[in-house]
Amino acid sequence: MAETTPLKRRDVLVGAAAGLLVLSLPRRALARPDLEEAVRLFTGGAEIRDGRVRLDIAPLVENGNAVGVTVDVASPMTTEDHVRRIALFNEKNPQADIAVFHLTPRAGRARVSTRIRLATSQQVIAVAEMSDGTYWARAGSVVVTLAACIEEL
Amino acid sequence: MGPSPSQNPPPLRGRAGRGVWRRLDHRRRHQAETYPPPHPSPARGEGVIRPAVLRAASLAALLLSASGAAGIEQAERRSGIEFASPETQAMQADDTANPGMFWVLDGAELWRKREGAAGKSCADCHQDAAKSMRGVAARYPDFDAQSGRPVDLSGRINLCRANHQQAAPLGHESPQMLALTAFVANQSRGMPVTPAADPRLANNLAEGRRLFEQRMGQLDLSCANCHDDHWNARLGGSAVTQAQPNAYPLYRLEWQSLGSLQRRMRACMVGVRAEPFDYGAPEFVDLELYLMSRATGLKMETPGVRP
Amino acid sequence: MARTLINVPKTARRGDIIEIRAMIAHPMETGHRMGPNGVAIPRRIINRFVCTYGGEAVFSAELFPAMSANPFVSFFIRADESGPVTFSWTEDGGEVQVATADLTVT
Repeated sequence: MAETTPLKRRDVLVGAAAGLLVLSLPRRALARPDLEEAVRLFTGGAEIRDGRVRLDIAPLVENGNAVGVTVDVASPMTTEDHVRRIALFNEKNPQADIAVFHLTPRAGRARVSTRIRLATSQQVIAVAEMSDGTYWARAGSVVVTLAACIEEL
Repeated sequence: MGPSPSQNPPPLRGRAGRGVWRRLDHRRRHQAETYPPPHPSPARGEGVIRPAVLRAASLAALLLSASGAAGIEQAERRSGIEFASPETQAMQADDTANPGMFWVLDGAELWRKREGAAGKSCADCHQDAAKSMRGVAARYPDFDAQSGRPVDLSGRINLCRANHQQAAPLGHESPQMLALTAFVANQSRGMPVTPAADPRLANNLAEGRRLFEQRMGQLDLSCANCHDDHWNARLGGSAVTQAQPNAYPLYRLEWQSLGSLQRRMRACMVGVRAEPFDYGAPEFVDLELYLMSRATGLKMETPGVRP
Repeated sequence: MARTLINVPKTARRGDIIEIRAMIAHPMETGHRMGPNGVAIPRRIINRFVCTYGGEAVFSAELFPAMSANPFVSFFIRADESGPVTFSWTEDGGEVQVATADLTVT
């Protein structure tokens, strides 16, 4: 269910020029300063690679208040090689951060599921930090449908 | 446009004074041959109906329910969960992922709590809810001899509080009422909706059906327009369900909370720009009576999860 | 004392990687919702979740307002030893809620 946006030549040049190579992100996601800022705060400006991260999120949800999302990172989860953190970010909510999950080798498997709020149709980005200091990301697109009738509070 | 001829002039109180109520006999898929006349009520300023006409109306209503002509054909009845996404279905199916279970757990605690001047708990009279409350929600609303009217689950709980616990009534959407109704209805989970079908409720059942088929609001839509005639179509991005009551009270994602059937119906009334009935209004109890009859055979799912 | 619902298998074999599910009753008020009188309802969320097992925080999370109400998390732990699996949720303002489940490892 994960969607990868094709890599455009323009993206690579811009990304490389900015010192932050973010694959799989559309231009308009990068255009929002605090999403970029939030990701950069998480990674410390390090390069982000494509792969290893699987993002499961429904392409269309019937309500934005409880959107199920699962992040699964391929990792042996040993002391030498494991996932340290998994972060979720969004594109169009008032705040870009959603959650940061801290894992240890004792987790055994780098797979986390949760329910998040999405204010409108947008991109969701999962970034994983490995024990060797590398960062891997995957983006997914969600269409959020609103309830047909708005009721009084 | 405007009040029906039987009102002369319409009093500015109760449902009649509140908005534009049109009684159009538009063609509907499941319209019965004999349509019972309006239920007499002083608050609506209508004329009193003679006993003979009333008896004929009751008979007609009984025939209606007996023939199963009410609402959707048995074979086509579907719970709202069937219209929900797989994610929502999974959320309902897992008791540790279904937030509605929090209210059920709260209700289990409240069941044992001593309340009121009498210092009694529900458990003091009803003992183990799993036994005593099994099947209750599946057949409610039921007839209340005291008032001569149907009573829904929350109405019954407040009657118990007043009569047996000497405790103040709980607000209709209060956390405690939601918890208790969720807990009691949960005891019927998996059981088929089996209305009490008390003959003394015939008029109320007919009234409930009349309300369901009555156009209302600025959008001039009846419940039947969407939920009988266009279920499985879509309204905006949302699926139009059959408006079945078998999962209430339920956790609605839109509310981010558990809520009652009346809350949901009020939302629909606001949606068609009608003045919604108050919580606890007799119209709502009559409607629920009809809805449960219309849902006969569907499995209870409380606490449901809906978008 | 908010309600919690946790799903921890009662028993597991040593080395099994088992799924844990934890949910707490909480409105997760974002701070953006408009209340009556046009005043925003203040933010109040669970901002931290920690799962402790075998004396170590094996899994934890920083949560932000974009988490759903009644926050639910599912994750995995490796069953190493018998003992309690403890969960703690911390709210803005510092209040902590704790729940425990016992795991028997054979």
